[in-house]
Amino acid sequence: MTNWVDACAADEIDQEDVVRFDHAGRTFAIYRSPDDEYFVTDGLCTHEKIHLADGLVIDDTIECPKHNGRFSYKTGEARGAPVCVNLKTYPVKVEGDRVMIGLGA
Amino acid sequence: MNGDAGIIIVGAGECGARAALGLRENGYRRKITLIGDEVHLPYERPPLSKKVLLDHAEPRLPAVLNDLALAEKAIRHIGGASADAIDAAGKRLILSDGRALSYDKLLLTTGAAPRRLANTPASSRILYLRTMDDAIALRSHIRANMHVAVLGGGFIGLEVAASARSYGAKVTVIESQERILKRGVPELIAETITALHQRNGVAVKCGVAVLGIEADERHVGISLSDGKVIAADVLVVGIGAQPRTELAVKTGIAVDNGIAVNEHLETSIADIFAAGDCCSFPHPLYGGRRLRLEAWRNAQDQGILAAANLMGAARCYQAVPYFWSDQFDHTLQIAGLVDEGRTVVRRDLDDGAFILFHLDAEQRLVAASGVGPGNRIAKDIKLSEMLIAKRIMPPIEALTDGVNLKSLLPKAA
Ligand SMILES: Cc1cc2nc3c(=O)[nH]c(=O)nc-3n(C[C@H](O)[C@H](O)[C@H](O)COP(=O)(O)OP(=O)(O)OC[C@H]3O[C@@H](n4cnc5c(N)ncnc54)[C@H](O)[C@@H]3O)c2cc1C
Ligand code: FES
Repeated sequence: MTNWVDACAADEIDQEDVVRFDHAGRTFAIYRSPDDEYFVTDGLCTHEKIHLADGLVIDDTIECPKHNGRFSYKTGEARGAPVCVNLKTYPVKVEGDRVMIGLGA
Repeated sequence: MNGDAGIIIVGAGECGARAALGLRENGYRRKITLIGDEVHLPYERPPLSKKVLLDHAEPRLPAVLNDLALAEKAIRHIGGASADAIDAAGKRLILSDGRALSYDKLLLTTGAAPRRLANTPASSRILYLRTMDDAIALRSHIRANMHVAVLGGGFIGLEVAASARSYGAKVTVIESQERILKRGVPELIAETITALHQRNGVAVKCGVAVLGIEADERHVGISLSDGKVIAADVLVVGIGAQPRTELAVKTGIAVDNGIAVNEHLETSIADIFAAGDCCSFPHPLYGGRRLRLEAWRNAQDQGILAAANLMGAARCYQAVPYFWSDQFDHTLQIAGLVDEGRTVVRRDLDDGAFILFHLDAEQRLVAASGVGPGNRIAKDIKLSEMLIAKRIMPPIEALTDGVNLKSLLPKAA
């Protein structure tokens, strides 16, 4: 069962950008792609647990603000040194003007 | 000649490890041997002055490659062995234990070593910081109420000072120049960092020379040119590093402030490459100016590029120089070369964070430097780096007014 959590307003995130979302003791990163799709990953880099929301979104990648490790925020795939562990991704949907993210039940 | 001898990498640090991984990533199938004079698996150095000192439990080696990864990638790591000589004509590397290994191609990633103080007494209370073993030794001397003196207001000294303060140690930084971070860091940023240290209780003494050092196994006394004597429990010396060029010099490889390589990272002798802290290279973004960097990202990127070129790619190294430093809750980042700038434009961000844009005589962006709490400046520095790489001449108002730097990048076709 997916538990849908209301995370933020859809226009709170700029196009090709990311925001941080904290929920129930966990932290996530919510992305809006250049073509207006939304995505969610774990909020912390898999290298040294840095908040990815301070990083830069270009196309479909998020670049970590600390050592510039890159991930695809769409698939979570780690794309080159120094990151080698993929990011966990979560389902997301937009309802009205709200972004909802799907967490485990 | 030695068709299956493979590639030997001398120096199992960041750069060497990244090169070894890069070779496999690019599909290299023959032998890869990674030789390091440290006994440890390849590890990252940046945490040594930060996390490794601060971890309250036992410090963990920040490994780049563990045994499993080495086995999976079929990379042979020989630890605790130093490469003593190269027989370039016979394409053999001679190790300190007398072993001779044949190579098809050789990569030197020998890094740098701390500059040592001359004429100081031998004492376990005078320490340098380059290796994991150094960090472990230093940790054992940092305690609340101990007095840690740091010689040199460069990055390593300042990071050690910040870490030592977190333990509640008394900390004094001694810098002979009139300000800290004289090399490559703008004065405004150095001022912010000085204030940060003072706010956190570090005594920062600039413009004083060391006249003499006395030490035994418990104390260090440092006599300064202002007539004062600092009585410390431990002295950490951070007065810069020198490239490890011994092996290259012995072999007759050209050296110029580091092992001199061309834009493909090739040395003056065929089939021998060099990369990372040990080498100097011409940088195309700055008119071919010869640089030697001591920076983690450069070591990583040059290692990856060397891997491609060892396999014949002939790619040019042209990454924008980049460096960061973490002190207390602040991060400083620099992209590009500050000393190439003629004018400086400032942009203020939230929480006291700010960025300086450095423009050359033609108003081209050649560097961006910034400091602030957390990772506040990271996005703008990263975008600046992209602007520098693309040799953009941004309108000054756009830099000061806080427009999204992304909008200054050329649109992808
Ligand atoms: C304490 C500390 C903190 C740092 N913090 C930062 C930071 O915050 N940000 C940043 O950008 N950079 C930082 N750096 C710099 C960064 O770590 C270096 O740029 C990077 O490690 C260089 O990698 P390298 O592989 O070229 O050289 P090294 O890491 O020095 O590795 C070279 C290795 O080769 C070995 N070797 C040398 N000669 C021989 C031989 N003849 N035979 C066998 N082995 C040999 C050496 O012992 C060493 O293990 C820091 C460095 C230190 C020491
Ligand atoms: S913390 Fe993200 S790359 Fe290091």
